[in-house]
Amino acid sequence: MTTYKRPDGRKHDEIREMKAKVGVIPNADGSAMFSFGDTIAIAAVYGPKKMHPQHLQNPEKGTLRCVYNMMSFSVTDRIRPGPSRRSTEISKIIEWALEPVLMIDKYSNMVIDVHISIIQANASTRCAGINAATMALAHAGIPMKDLVSSVSIGKLDKELVVDLNKEEEDFKEGEGSTDIPITFTNQGKMTHIQLDGKIKSKQLKEAVELARISCKKIYEVQKKALKEIGEK
Amino acid sequence: MDKVQTTSNMTGERIRKYLSEGKRFDGRKMEEFRDIIIETGISKNAEGSVRVKIGKTEVFVGIKMGIGVPYPDSPDKGNMMVTAELLPLSSPRFETGPPKFPSIELARVIDRGIRESKFIDFEKLCIKEGEKVWTVFIDIYSINDDGNLLDAAGIGAITALKNAKMPKYDEENEKILYGELTNESIPLSKEIPISITAHKIGDNLIIDPTREEEDISKTRVTIGSADGIISSMQKGELKELSIEEFNKVLDLITKVERDVFKKIEKFLK
Repeated sequence: MTTYKRPDGRKHDEIREMKAKVGVIPNADGSAMFSFGDTIAIAAVYGPKKMHPQHLQNPEKGTLRCVYNMMSFSVTDRIRPGPSRRSTEISKIIEWALEPVLMIDKYSNMVIDVHISIIQANASTRCAGINAATMALAHAGIPMKDLVSSVSIGKLDKELVVDLNKEEEDFKEGEGSTDIPITFTNQGKMTHIQLDGKIKSKQLKEAVELARISCKKIYEVQKKALKEIGEK
Repeated sequence: MDKVQTTSNMTGERIRKYLSEGKRFDGRKMEEFRDIIIETGISKNAEGSVRVKIGKTEVFVGIKMGIGVPYPDSPDKGNMMVTAELLPLSSPRFETGPPKFPSIELARVIDRGIRESKFIDFEKLCIKEGEKVWTVFIDIYSINDDGNLLDAAGIGAITALKNAKMPKYDEENEKILYGELTNESIPLSKEIPISITAHKIGDNLIIDPTREEEDISKTRVTIGSADGIISSMQKGELKELSIEEFNKVLDLITKVERDVFKKIEKFLK
């Protein structure tokens, strides 16, 4: 059944080479880098600190605030620096993906800022960003129930593949490309899913299972990097 | 829990006292730069990109080429645009939102340093006079701010330009084929402009301040020069300078410019 050949020769369930490093930004309370092949994300955490302006303070629980940003030269066609509609939405999606594992109920009136920058992009940037951010939060010592791991599942024509690259994202043959970024906690709870394309519910269920297995592999890479910094 | 946003008066006093004895917190001499580490090719999709570390200060600079319309007063010349973003990622002091004065000034000082030195040969960046020219985008991002982002950005800009390659240009369809680079470099002159900033703290002049030193600096002068020829300058902050002090700044920067050039020379080939 495997008729589709991936342009970089990977197996269908193979993630690109992953690299993870904790503590890349000395000024930050926590920071990390995560990469899937040519997609590189860095994340920095500042806080918990008092929320300003005051009217944004929430007395009932702490606030998580994420900002996702692509560097202008991270893509082939230069993008204008600064926030866009796309980055604003992704920032919020990342907040939703991360907050379920944070134990910030007691941080009333406080905010935890997470800043994510994409240095080099080759698809799956939000997944790399989420993976870096969760490590940075752990590095900052924010109380967490679990880590989250994120991966994109693609349907190219009729077949499912793991961790799309740009070429696969732009795949046009047959039924074309469907991109499904998914985030799981290590316990197996889904905190984020998006979908662009066309897929039947049966195959989507398979895609989710595939993501679950892939996220476990990503979790091991994240855990290793966090342990390395802990041992220093 | 909240990070201190400025350097305290007590620390400031101590820095000034140390400087009057000719000493700095990190043991450097007054005119001594921290170690400079440069890494090129940090982002494959850029035509040129570098990471510059000066001590703990770190910036990324990327070059992208685009096609634009020439300005009416220079129909046969290419364009250049420098932008700088002081990312909130790089310091608890920077906030998201529209660019504020420090990032605007940073971009403009770097812009002037490169433009006025005629480092880029804009005439060679003309595709069709009056209609189509290349635009060089120089984008600067702070990654970790421990003082002296100005000089780090300047070093980043020149090394990124030196290492950049022109993208392929499809003449028939008048389009850039992004992702396909030629072996051709951006047309640059031999004289490489380096901008160096001197700070006056108390009665002492220093180079390459750390965050704490920069906080208590009352005057700074940034000079862009190549081989002793000065092509751009900006004095910043409130305090005045005497002619005598200004002359000292000139002498100091001319000397340091050579030192820095030697340190980064191998990345400028």
